[in-house]
Amino acid sequence: MVTLGHYLIVSGMLFTIGFAGVLLRRNIIIIFMSLELMLNAANLSLVAFSRFRVTDGLPNYNVQVFVFFIITVAAAEVAVGLAIIVALYRARQTTHVEDINTLKF
Amino acid sequence: MNPFLFWFFAFLMLVFGAAVVLNRNPIASALSLVICFMGLSALFMSLDAFFIGIIQVLVYAGAVMVLFLFIIMLLDLRAEQLRKINYVAVAGGSAVAIVFFLQIYFVVRQLNAAQQPFPALAAKTDDVHNIGALLFTNFNLPFQIIGVLVLVATIGVVVLSKRELR
Repeated sequence: MVTLGHYLIVSGMLFTIGFAGVLLRRNIIIIFMSLELMLNAANLSLVAFSRFRVTDGLPNYNVQVFVFFIITVAAAEVAVGLAIIVALYRARQTTHVEDINTLKF
Repeated sequence: MNPFLFWFFAFLMLVFGAAVVLNRNPIASALSLVICFMGLSALFMSLDAFFIGIIQVLVYAGAVMVLFLFIIMLLDLRAEQLRKINYVAVAGGSAVAIVFFLQIYFVVRQLNAAQQPFPALAAKTDDVHNIGALLFTNFNLPFQIIGVLVLVATIGVVVLSKRELR
């Protein structure tokens, strides 16, 4: 039987994959995709909690509205982030984070 | 919900999520991300959140992926050539990620509610109607603020994409 714990563990695995991608990859576009994975893992656990908290036979729809807002903000964030990456590529001709070290201490 | 479908889509999502991180070619990563989000959307639907599942496909597989592929092709990125791998950094990053997952695992293990099955739903839930009603009553102000935020993001992208930043 599938319980709330299964969904939370799967969500944790997806978050860990995204986390490892941010830590291990050096291509800034792949890092950005890994950030999206982490965001969606959080959404999965939110929806699982919404389905778990049932009142009068209905799941908690406040959480689903919250997830809807998160998806909207994430889409705006992707647009701005990719514009920044394009501006960075124009300035430096690279997407490799080790080549961008002006602010490195 | 059917346990076989849950395991199938969870496995699909995790395998293609790992493929996003492991592929050397950015286009292959972006296409793996599409499959990963399709699996995630199926998991949302297995939790009876049909509206969120559809929105996930429309926004991520439709809009965000087109943006990613567009940027990758605009910048003309090839599969990156192998550089000298810093083994200390790779080992450290993997260790941090594994410790992080173990922490989540042990917290979920001792969470009492996590072992209980999901409560039964009413025969008819009608989630689009309920989410829409909430969106235009309780969450009306956040909804309009989100609208302004999307407008600001659009203007910001136009400004960032201009040739010269002043």
